[in-house]
Amino acid sequence: MSEPILRVEGLSKSFGKVVALDQVTFELARGGALGVIGPNGSGKSTLVNLLTGFVSPGGGRVEFKGEEITGLPPHRIVNLGIARSFQMARPFYQLPVYRNVVIAVCSPRSRRRMSAEFGDRDEAAIHLLEDVGFERDSPVPWKKAGDLPHGYLKRLELARCLALDPEVIILDELFSGMSLSEIASVLPLLQQIRREGRTLIMVEHRLRELFRVVDSVLVLQFGRKIAEGAPREVMAQREVAEAYLGAEVVADA
Amino acid sequence: MSDPTPPSGGPPGPAAFRRERIDRGIKVRSDDIFALASMRDLAYLIVPRALAGVLLLGFPLLESLVSPYWQTVILNTLVIALLALSWDFLAAAGLLSLGQSLFFGLGGYLAGALNIWLGLGPLFTLPLATLGGALISTAVVFPLLRLRGIYFGLITFALPLLLMRVIETTGLLGGTEGLSGLTPFPSRLVELYLVTLAALGVTAVFRRISASDYGLLFHAIRENERAVVAAGFNIQWKKAQAVFIAALPAAFAGAFVTHRYQFVGMPVFALEYSTLPLTAAVVGGAGSSFGAVVGSFILVPMSEALREFGALRVVVYSVMLLIFTVVLPEGIFRFAARKYSQRERRIPIEGAHV
Repeated sequence: MSEPILRVEGLSKSFGKVVALDQVTFELARGGALGVIGPNGSGKSTLVNLLTGFVSPGGGRVEFKGEEITGLPPHRIVNLGIARSFQMARPFYQLPVYRNVVIAVCSPRSRRRMSAEFGDRDEAAIHLLEDVGFERDSPVPWKKAGDLPHGYLKRLELARCLALDPEVIILDELFSGMSLSEIASVLPLLQQIRREGRTLIMVEHRLRELFRVVDSVLVLQFGRKIAEGAPREVMAQREVAEAYLGAEVVADA
Repeated sequence: MSDPTPPSGGPPGPAAFRRERIDRGIKVRSDDIFALASMRDLAYLIVPRALAGVLLLGFPLLESLVSPYWQTVILNTLVIALLALSWDFLAAAGLLSLGQSLFFGLGGYLAGALNIWLGLGPLFTLPLATLGGALISTAVVFPLLRLRGIYFGLITFALPLLLMRVIETTGLLGGTEGLSGLTPFPSRLVELYLVTLAALGVTAVFRRISASDYGLLFHAIRENERAVVAAGFNIQWKKAQAVFIAALPAAFAGAFVTHRYQFVGMPVFALEYSTLPLTAAVVGGAGSSFGAVVGSFILVPMSEALREFGALRVVVYSVMLLIFTVVLPEGIFRFAARKYSQRERRIPIEGAHV
């Protein structure tokens, strides 16, 4: 059995007296796709922030390709090959869309490779935007990012992640705020990302769409892992249904 | 691109007019093709730039015609312009500084110290103080780079005042007496050209930087730090680079003024060297380098003209700052540039009668 690309052991974090994440342990194989689900406030975003170094962990360890990355500053983690998107897509509003991507293309990790492949950074950015479904011949890539509709902003986030040529991509609620048709158009893209051998972690509320991409899920509640496994099996567990779906059903009613 | 506005009052006459605005010049830039339609377009681009350059470079030659008083005013204007450029560069990277006099003072004292203790002439002290002043400034500011927005501003505001008191109480660097009897520049002409070339050069280089991918990062840091970190950049380091680059012209200005007055003392840390450049950059138009220079050329001569009003001058600055932030936040330079590149024409609206 091959070495897991990501190994998380007893990861914990509290903010004051609030325990945001409590002894979370899991492993992820290279090329795998993991969904992280749970009710609001269950620690999903904290998990993302801890894995990517945006928040320093209170305890536990994170290993990437067998090497410990716990407590490294976020830019070092990115340059090792773990890219993330943000829950609230906040582009550089005043810059044209393609310039938004140029920033990621300039990153220490991808600078050399991108210029070898495309020569010009603007060209590389346009190419990446094309990959996530912006039309090359449309004026959209030249518009100000602040003028983009929400669905495009999420694609822009994806393009910025892909510009970093990551081995692990962590997407924090990519689907939130997207229409069903927008999600439908992004799904093939995510499958493509998986085919390229990249490992995917998706934090999501939209379960049906999520399950079309991932092959395992991890359920959090009050910062603790309450279940992990194939989506169908996990969702059949009584505890999960009560904790997660129960809350959702009540909230929806 | 047209931007038709609804018919306004218009001139007297039977037909109503609408105004149409047309952007002149070249808006299209594809990879490496620059489209110039005509010599007129070329002239339209070059004339304003050339005019500013020729006027500035030509001015020192009028040495015999212009009174020494106005020569001094121009020198002061250009010194403030260098500081305003420095402020503007930092602001473009999201670092709101209220303490440009820190860089200015460190450059000034370094030049003075090198001159008096090592006996180096301006030829050596100017470059050394520029580089050294910028390095020391960066080292001093580095621990504060985590602070954002107004917190960074407040600390930078306090630093020069703090240094001033340190020098006063410890008597270091000449204490309250300052360092005097320093080597002067050979002539007024040298002074004028030195500072003119510096201001022009810094403007050109800063504009070049902000158009490059390197400058793009500073802009990005201003808009959204987190996203820049997520792209794998060490923003602490990037900000330190921004401080160093911005401190260069300010430290140079300090060193220049030191040799010009043959004296350096606590006044180099004065509040005026922080507030005046800031006001100049805002009035001229923040984020455009040229704006900082234009703003200095408005504010400094104006403040000279108002000299007889004494302390009331400060009121005038403040009112100008207020008016400009409210009425014309883009600043004079950008406003003028926009108007320059737009032609307005009136088109009669057919069938409409007033």
